Amino acid sequence: MILLETKSLAKCFGDMQAVNHVNFSVAQGELLALIGSNGAGKTTLVNLISGLIHPDSGTILFQGADVTATSVHDRIRAGIARSFQLVTVFDQLGALDNVELAIFSRDAKTRRLFSLASSDQAVRDEAYEVLREFGLEDKASQAAGGLSQGERKLLDVAVAYALRPKLLFLDEPTSGVSTREKAPIMDIITSIVRSGKITAVVIEHDMDIVFRYSDRIVVMHEGAILADGTPDEIRRNEQVTTTLIGTSAPDDSGMESHA
Amino acid sequence: MSPSIASRKRALFCAVPIGVVLFFLPLVIAPYQVTLLAYGLIFAIAALGFNLLLGYTGLLSFGHSAYFGMGAYAVAFVVKYLNITSMEVFLLGGTLASATIAALFGFLCVRYTRIFFGILTMALSQVLWSLAFKFYWFTGGSDGLRVPTPSLLGVAIPEGQDKMIFLAHRYYYYVLVIFLVGVAVMWIIVHSPFGKTLQAIRDNETRAEFVGVQVWRYRWIAFVVSGIYTGLAGTLWVPLNGLTTPDILHWTFSGKIVFFTVLGGFQTFVGPIIGGVVYNYLETYAVGYTVYWQMVLGVVLVLLVLILPAGIAGTAGRLVPKLRRAA
Repeated sequence: MILLETKSLAKCFGDMQAVNHVNFSVAQGELLALIGSNGAGKTTLVNLISGLIHPDSGTILFQGADVTATSVHDRIRAGIARSFQLVTVFDQLGALDNVELAIFSRDAKTRRLFSLASSDQAVRDEAYEVLREFGLEDKASQAAGGLSQGERKLLDVAVAYALRPKLLFLDEPTSGVSTREKAPIMDIITSIVRSGKITAVVIEHDMDIVFRYSDRIVVMHEGAILADGTPDEIRRNEQVTTTLIGTSAPDDSGMESHA
Repeated sequence: MSPSIASRKRALFCAVPIGVVLFFLPLVIAPYQVTLLAYGLIFAIAALGFNLLLGYTGLLSFGHSAYFGMGAYAVAFVVKYLNITSMEVFLLGGTLASATIAALFGFLCVRYTRIFFGILTMALSQVLWSLAFKFYWFTGGSDGLRVPTPSLLGVAIPEGQDKMIFLAHRYYYYVLVIFLVGVAVMWIIVHSPFGKTLQAIRDNETRAEFVGVQVWRYRWIAFVVSGIYTGLAGTLWVPLNGLTTPDILHWTFSGKIVFFTVLGGFQTFVGPIIGGVVYNYLETYAVGYTVYWQMVLGVVLVLLVLILPAGIAGTAGRLVPKLRRAA
C-alpha cells in the first residue's frame, strides 16, 4: 500500500532546479534509503514533504489526501515526522524534557499553563521508555546541549519517534559521528522503526549502512530520480555506480544546505 | 526521590523563609523602608512577567512600559471617570486594560523575532506614550493624573491615619500577598507543559514547529501573560506613587525593566525578583547621594555586562557549589 506519493514535485532556488518534477513514493512499512551526491536534492525533497518549504508545482499525497498546501502542524498531526541533518534538539532542556515535549505536543497538552509538567506520570513514564529504547535513559536529566554528538543524533530521532508518526524522515542520522558509532546508531534506529512498524525514509551517504539496512533504495541525481530498486538491483545498476562512485565517494561532511 | 519532587522541595525550602522574612520585616524597619520594599516587590512582579518573554521564550521586549503604564493609567481612569477608589476594582481594570493592549500589540509583534521584535515592541509603546502626552484633556498630559489612597477589601484608610503608615503597613501586606501569589503562579507556569514549550521555542524554533507546536500562538499567549504581570505591577505601583505620568510609558522605562532583569539574572527564575528589589534600592540611594545618579547606574550596567553577565542570581548559583566544594 502506498503511504506517501509525490506527483511531479518541483522546486527551484534561483536558476537551480533543486527538485525536478519528482514522482516519489513510499510504501507502508518499508525502510527506504534516499541516496545521491551532495546537491542531488534529497534534503530539499524531504523539506518539501515535511512542509519546511513549499513546492513551486506538483502535489504531495499522504494516505491518499492532498497535503501540498497544509501547514507543518497539520502534517505532523497527519503522521509525518522528521529529524534533521544538523542536530536540532532543545539544548537547554534535559534529554527527558526533550522527549516529554514531543509527547505533550502529540497529546495536545502543551496548552496547560497551570499544571506541573513533572506531575503527568503517564507522559513521564512514556518518555523514560522512549529514552530507554534509544539507550539514553542514563542521560535523562542531562541538558541536551551537553550530550555527545552521537547521543544528540539519537535524541533528535527519539524526539521525532515520540510523536508516534506513521512516516518518519531521518536526514543523515549518522552524519558527524565517528565511523565506529555509525552502526550502533543505525542498529538502534532500525530495530525501533521495525518493531514500531513505522515507515521510514533515511537519507544517508554511507553506502555500507545503506545496503545493510534498507529494503529499497531511491537514488537522486541533479534533482531527479536516477534509479529505484532493492539494494541488489541498485548495486548492479551501472548508471548508479558510475554516477555515484564516479562523482562522489561516501561523504559525511554535512555540508549540504538545509534550505 | 524523583528530580521533580526534589526541585519542588528545594523551591519551597527557599521560598518559605524568604516569605517569613518579608512578612515580619515591617515590624522592625522604618515605614519609609517598608514602602521602598513595596516598590521593590512591585518591580519584581513586572520583571517576573518580562522574563517570561526574555528568559523563557527568548524574546527581548523593549516596550514593556506599555503594559506597566496601561495598568497604572487604567487605575487613574477608574478614579477620574468612575469615581471609584476600591483597590479590587483597580486590579480588575488594570488587568483588563493591560491584557487587552498586550493581546493587541502581541498579535502584531510575535511574528517577528530578535531586533525586529524589540523595535516593534518599542515603537508600539511609544505610540501609547505620545497619546498619554498629547491627549492632555483625557490623560492629564505631562502633569499626569492623581490617584488617591484606595480602600483595601472595602476598608478605607482610617480617618486621621498618616498615609505613609497606611502604605507601609496594610498596603505593603496587600502587595506582599499579590507578590507571593504571583510568584507561585509564575513558578507553576514555567514548569508546566506550556512553560516547557516556551523554552523549547527559545532553544530551537524550527524543531519546536516540527514537534507540532504552533510557535506564534505560544509566543502570543506568553506575551499576554507577560503583559498582565507587568500591568499588575503598574496597577499596584500607582497608589504607592500617588500619581501617574507619561514617564512610565516612555521607552526608557522599558529599559529599566530590562535593567532589573539583567541585573538579577534572566537565566534563573529568581533573578528578576532579586533584580527588581535591588534596582529599586540602587536607584533610590544613587538619587539620594549624587546628582550624577544616572552615571552610577550606567557604570553598574557596564560592569554587569562585562563582569557578571549571568546577573546576581546566576553568579550566586555558580559560586555556591564552588564554595561548598572548597569548604
